[in-house]
Amino acid sequence: MTGRGGAAPKLAPYAFVAPAVVLFLLVFALPIAYTVYLSLFRTEVKGLGLGKGSRSEVFVGLDNYARALTDPELGAGALRVLGYGAILVPTMLGLALVFALLLDEERVRARGFSRIAIFLPYAVPGVIASLLWGFLYLPGTSPFNQALRELSLPGVDLLSPTGIYFALANIAVWGGVGYNMVVLYTALRSIPRDLYEAARIDGCTPWQVAMRIKIPLLAPALVLTSLFSVIATLQVFAEPTTLAPLTNSLSLTWTPLMKVYQDAFGRGDLYSAAATSVLIAVVMFVISFGLLRVTRSRAFGGER
Amino acid sequence: MRTRLGGFPTFVLLLGAAYCLFPVAWVLIAATKSTGELFSTTTLSVGSSLVANLGELDSYRDGVFWRWMANSALYAGVGALLSAALSGVTGYALAKYSFRGRALIFNALIAGVLVPAVVLAIPQYLLMSKIGLTDTYLSVLVPSVVSPYGIYLARIYAAASVPEDVIEAARTDGAGEARILGSIALPMMVPGLVTVFLFQFVSIWNNFMLPYIMLGDDGKFPVTLGLYTMLKQGNTTPALYTLVVTGSLVSVLPLIALFLTLQRYWRIDLLSGAVKA
Repeated sequence: MTGRGGAAPKLAPYAFVAPAVVLFLLVFALPIAYTVYLSLFRTEVKGLGLGKGSRSEVFVGLDNYARALTDPELGAGALRVLGYGAILVPTMLGLALVFALLLDEERVRARGFSRIAIFLPYAVPGVIASLLWGFLYLPGTSPFNQALRELSLPGVDLLSPTGIYFALANIAVWGGVGYNMVVLYTALRSIPRDLYEAARIDGCTPWQVAMRIKIPLLAPALVLTSLFSVIATLQVFAEPTTLAPLTNSLSLTWTPLMKVYQDAFGRGDLYSAAATSVLIAVVMFVISFGLLRVTRSRAFGGER
Repeated sequence: MRTRLGGFPTFVLLLGAAYCLFPVAWVLIAATKSTGELFSTTTLSVGSSLVANLGELDSYRDGVFWRWMANSALYAGVGALLSAALSGVTGYALAKYSFRGRALIFNALIAGVLVPAVVLAIPQYLLMSKIGLTDTYLSVLVPSVVSPYGIYLARIYAAASVPEDVIEAARTDGAGEARILGSIALPMMVPGLVTVFLFQFVSIWNNFMLPYIMLGDDGKFPVTLGLYTMLKQGNTTPALYTLVVTGSLVSVLPLIALFLTLQRYWRIDLLSGAVKA
């Protein structure tokens, strides 16, 4: 890349990447290694557990993993996140795709306004978004229930044990649909316009152009947005933690990440927390690479 | 038929816009209500207590709310600035030099994007506590500075915006590598680095878990964490709900302002462009 004569650039690149590498090792690599290390140990208490030396770290191999995998609460939490994700990801990406395709239509008006308005929630922190929606869900302040009451219909309690899935998914859809819409819209803009012209001359309706040309060409961007959405879904933490004070439907261990937090800081069992977080990371890697692998042939092969 | 087809997409998009603006409109109205009004009046009727609410928020625990806002600005501002600088230098080196270990460094950084925050946050807390840094500004700032995503964007941007011949010409003129980076490459990369700054600013401002784990003293809380603790106390003192609503409104204003004024720098196309590479 650097080509001819470059005697000077021998050391320069190393000097330039050094600060990032050092920080990366300290902030990413070392903590990861430490987590893996912790996950293989447990505290053993001798005697009454009082005084120095009565507590010691003992090596337990994969014991913490075995216990995490058989923990019913963790399994239930994983299922809850799965249910939440099953509502969230298709809804968010479906809406984002529809909005992106509509923005790309020629005769649409108020395009700039809609784009900015739909993207705007991205700037609102998840905690604040949960606070706002939390008040909109709360029976005492909810405008939806007020409206339903005026029509003398029964109110909907989105903070009930079942409703909470939709309540949480809605917060994430609200915050994420605009971002994904802009990613997809930008990808759409980069498709050569004459492709549509040709299709139109062949008598394709706008609907057929969208289904047969635009969506297939959007495949790589759709893969990317799904991947990021799935990763974000598995990491959900701030939203249920913020909503928890408003409802009894959210336990402190509602999601696996909340359980990790409780294990580590509520119960002080860092070793179980470490094992669980390694498991979560492994699941995320498997899903990420699996998703990329399954879709690669279609997403990247189809384009060329 | 033709006009109907043209109106329908516009209608659907406006419906989406209304959905996205609804909570913002609600908080604008709710912030004008007293605690009594918040729980009794119709949602869309404006209350009379905006000034009183702001005054109460201002005097709540000697103005701790403004302290939280200042803390958020500090974490997000300083963190994003350092992050953009670090991403710029690293991205440039990864894009413009071929050296042993380049692929390894780049792949390790990209893998960093996939590591869940919790896997990092707990051991980061433990390691910070070993060197006595928990519950300090640094404990939130330092982990926020390295952004694999920022480095990734900066690398794409450097490859696209700094021409090889400019670098070669500067070298022929006898400029050192550091000089080329500082006075030629980085200035050319400014628009891309503003994008990195914005993404990182929003992600630090929005980060909840890291300060939640690292900080105990609420004088160092960012505004998100501060409002969360107020909401938690709202269970026993409903008057706090009014303050949480008003505080939420005030806390999103700077982000929305930043977002609207720097709109052209939200270059998400860098991201979708990258997929095709």
